[in-house]
Amino acid sequence: MAGQRKGHAYPGRLIAVEGLDGSGKSTQIYLVKRWLELQDLKVFFTEWNSSVVVKNATKRGKKRQLLTPTTFSLIHCTDFADRYEHQVLPLLQAGYIVLADRYVFTAFARDIVRGCDREWVHNLYSFAVEPDITFFFKVPLDTALGRILGGRPSLKYFEAGMDLGLSQDPYESFRLFQKRINDVYLKMVREFGFVAVDAAQASEVQQEQVRAIVTERIDLPGFRWRTRR
Amino acid sequence: MKRFYGRGLPGVASKDLSGKLIVLEGADGSGRSTQAELLTAWLERKGYATVNVGLNRSTLVSRELSRAKGGNVLSQRTLSLFYATDFADQLENRIVPALKAGFVVLADRYIYTLIARDVAREGDRAWLESLYGIAIVPDIVFYLRVSPRQLVERNFQKHATLDYWESGMDLGLSRDMFQSFLKYQGLIQAEFERMQKAYGFDILNGNRSIRAIAKDLQARVEPILERSAA
Repeated sequence: MAGQRKGHAYPGRLIAVEGLDGSGKSTQIYLVKRWLELQDLKVFFTEWNSSVVVKNATKRGKKRQLLTPTTFSLIHCTDFADRYEHQVLPLLQAGYIVLADRYVFTAFARDIVRGCDREWVHNLYSFAVEPDITFFFKVPLDTALGRILGGRPSLKYFEAGMDLGLSQDPYESFRLFQKRINDVYLKMVREFGFVAVDAAQASEVQQEQVRAIVTERIDLPGFRWRTRR
Repeated sequence: MKRFYGRGLPGVASKDLSGKLIVLEGADGSGRSTQAELLTAWLERKGYATVNVGLNRSTLVSRELSRAKGGNVLSQRTLSLFYATDFADQLENRIVPALKAGFVVLADRYIYTLIARDVAREGDRAWLESLYGIAIVPDIVFYLRVSPRQLVERNFQKHATLDYWESGMDLGLSRDMFQSFLKYQGLIQAEFERMQKAYGFDILNGNRSIRAIAKDLQARVEPILERSAA
């Protein structure tokens, strides 16, 4: 089936973190990165929305509010594909542990909330391998919102989900948007076998749980550098 | 009534699309753009508001697309998604509004060129078909078939050189550009013939004179316009 994701046979391993803005997932994946690096393992970190080639078009589209749900979805997928084929895939082939701060599930959640067809979006990203482990940082909606909105940040148009027309107030729009994203995430937990981490716990407690699962599922000593650095 | 090939576009009801969508397909040098101009003039003379669209003309990504093609820096999948973004942008911002207004939309190339190019590069057909499930099924699709040999001549007349991409040089079919061009155009034509069966194109012999092809096109478009009057 087109939307069905599959495991991979590459020597590398892929670990993804997903969760709402303000769930603390970036901190957790950073700590995983440091932990693996300090053991002298082959590790590489990649994050969403960082490809150089596609950046200008994405920026222009966002600034001038040119994007519809479909073009929003496609331009982010283009960006993802560029990074995936130049970076993630070769690293997996070369036997790295690849850490992804957000992966295809972020796109699934955003695009589906924006009204794109679920099957269509799943098919769109079907070229990407399924992660070996996907951690989902589960946080009460109010906690995540509090962390993000506490500083009264200036929310960008698409970031606040203003294009959905949920509310004229960016903060209210952001709240409603994040609630819908969270609902889609929660549905994906079982569908894609996420490892849910209670992100309301202390940071170091979460990290301990994450490290235990990584150690259990990935043969870490196999990822030592073969050559002296 | 209009249909979509697949799941369609969020927020667009196909029943609101009362205009006509006419597609012209064919290789570079097939006379496609000349015929699009002539057909537009003919339609306008008859009083039909006509909107022209083509590939790589979107405000969103056309600049980046041209740059990326120049530098050959994008992977196949990325380039194909870039084209899809360009297509979707024009579909939503030009084609859909024009069809809603009851205009005639004349597309100088459509999803079929994009699919054929990717399939020639071992793209996944099922993936492409789902991707382009956002596209509206045209009222009629014309494919201007010109033999690769004649395409070569016309390309030389027009540009005095063969285009890197239209020669499929990125496929490594041959280091010789002329040989690569012939092979690549052959692959594209084979894919168009396969699609002709699946999608039901009108194949036109593009080796005839400009005037003869224009007359042929007009005769085939006429009944489609009448359908809206009825």
